[in-house]
Amino acid sequence: MKTENQGTNVLPVRVIPCLDVDGGRVKKGVRFGELVEAGSPLELALRYEAEGADELVVLDISATSENRSASLETVVTVRENLTIPLTVGGGVRGVGDVERLLLAGADKVGVNTAAIERPELLSELAKRFGAQCTVLAIDAKKRASGDGWEVVTHSGKRSTGIDAVQWAKRGQELGAGEILLTSWDRDGTGWGYDCELLREIAHVASVPIIASGGAGAASHMVEAVSSGATAVLVASMLHFGRTTVGALKGELKQQGVKVRDVSAIN
Amino acid sequence: MNRCQDSITNGDGTGERTVSLLQTGVANIASVRAALKRFGVTPRAVASPEEVLTAPFVLVPGVGTFGSSIEALGDYVTPLKERIAARKKTLLICVGFQLLFTESEESPGVRGLGVIEGAVRRFPTTVAVPQMGWNRVVANSASRYVRDGEAYYANSYRVSEVSSEWCPSWSDYGSPFVSAIECGGVLGCQFHPELSSGWGAGLLQRWLESPEQGER
Repeated sequence: MKTENQGTNVLPVRVIPCLDVDGGRVKKGVRFGELVEAGSPLELALRYEAEGADELVVLDISATSENRSASLETVVTVRENLTIPLTVGGGVRGVGDVERLLLAGADKVGVNTAAIERPELLSELAKRFGAQCTVLAIDAKKRASGDGWEVVTHSGKRSTGIDAVQWAKRGQELGAGEILLTSWDRDGTGWGYDCELLREIAHVASVPIIASGGAGAASHMVEAVSSGATAVLVASMLHFGRTTVGALKGELKQQGVKVRDVSAIN
Repeated sequence: MNRCQDSITNGDGTGERTVSLLQTGVANIASVRAALKRFGVTPRAVASPEEVLTAPFVLVPGVGTFGSSIEALGDYVTPLKERIAARKKTLLICVGFQLLFTESEESPGVRGLGVIEGAVRRFPTTVAVPQMGWNRVVANSASRYVRDGEAYYANSYRVSEVSSEWCPSWSDYGSPFVSAIECGGVLGCQFHPELSSGWGAGLLQRWLESPEQGER
């Protein structure tokens, strides 16, 4: 489907599992708050790949530098065994971090807070590594007034005052090749992605958009696609065994959404 | 090098396969190295222009832009062109593949290797750019390496026309574009075979193991 500024998405929708990693273990939280263990990164990565995941995202949610280096090792280990694209993000501060992650095995690197603090970072990354390696991650929260969304950081604890839609537009202009859009309000709830937010972002951005935050059913993904997402991020639904990538893709296909055929994996 | 010997071993008879990587930057190297290792092949960084000429396998990954890649190749341009002219086993991926052509809209004024007549152009704005995701590949019926399937793409630029002597395989993103070309041991892919799951692995395996000249 085509939204005003977006080119037509003619590719199968990408189903992308996301692993939040802390000290070498996958964690999952609700509203960036409480965290529970979800398992081994390599084990989950390979399982999801075998089930038909189109890409994998690994987010480093470590608070300590010790845990941060364990996460780098996780990237290396996952990369050695994975045959689909790997995007890594979390705590990326500058060009040096991006280079380290690319060398460790990331195909794409996500930047969030660092780009807000210094937007030129996006241009530097696009120029040095390519726009196709540069993902702008945006955490958006609906304003209390109900009028639009603002960008939040630090697990939703800090409001930046920056308009999320304007930031997405600027991020693309600066060089981001893809936008990973997370609804802080919906994340972990299972109530569905924030499709209104998606439509607004798709209206101003022509780069691919990955919808994140809130997936609870395949129907949510269908809605996200209709709202302009070319990829959907999934976490809780998978990590706690409520469904599988294969089952999700089957349902998407049934509902008329083009997906990469799981049976064609091998 | 004994050209009659099985191409899966090196000329020095050690039996260990090595692939020489022309590392012009940082991106894409780790995934290519990981894929090669999974085949029991040892990746190594090219150390000399001589190695580009004589190595059993050379791989040019997709790093940076058209212009920055050609610039980074420096002294390797000449032996690379010579190697390709001899149709020795050379795999060029994404931007690496684009370098085969004469020019690219991405870097105006910069001349590519010019091995293949043609221009690399940006996708029109009627489609989301970059193309990021899986797309169907229709293999050329004469292809020795490419089969029908789905490949992973991450590109903003592409080639829309190429002479049939380069055995093109095709994909479609708004309109047809060249997915891959090949001639002898030379294989150029716009997609990333090392990120294309089992389908990509099959392609890599055929490139690594098929004789340089000969039947499908």
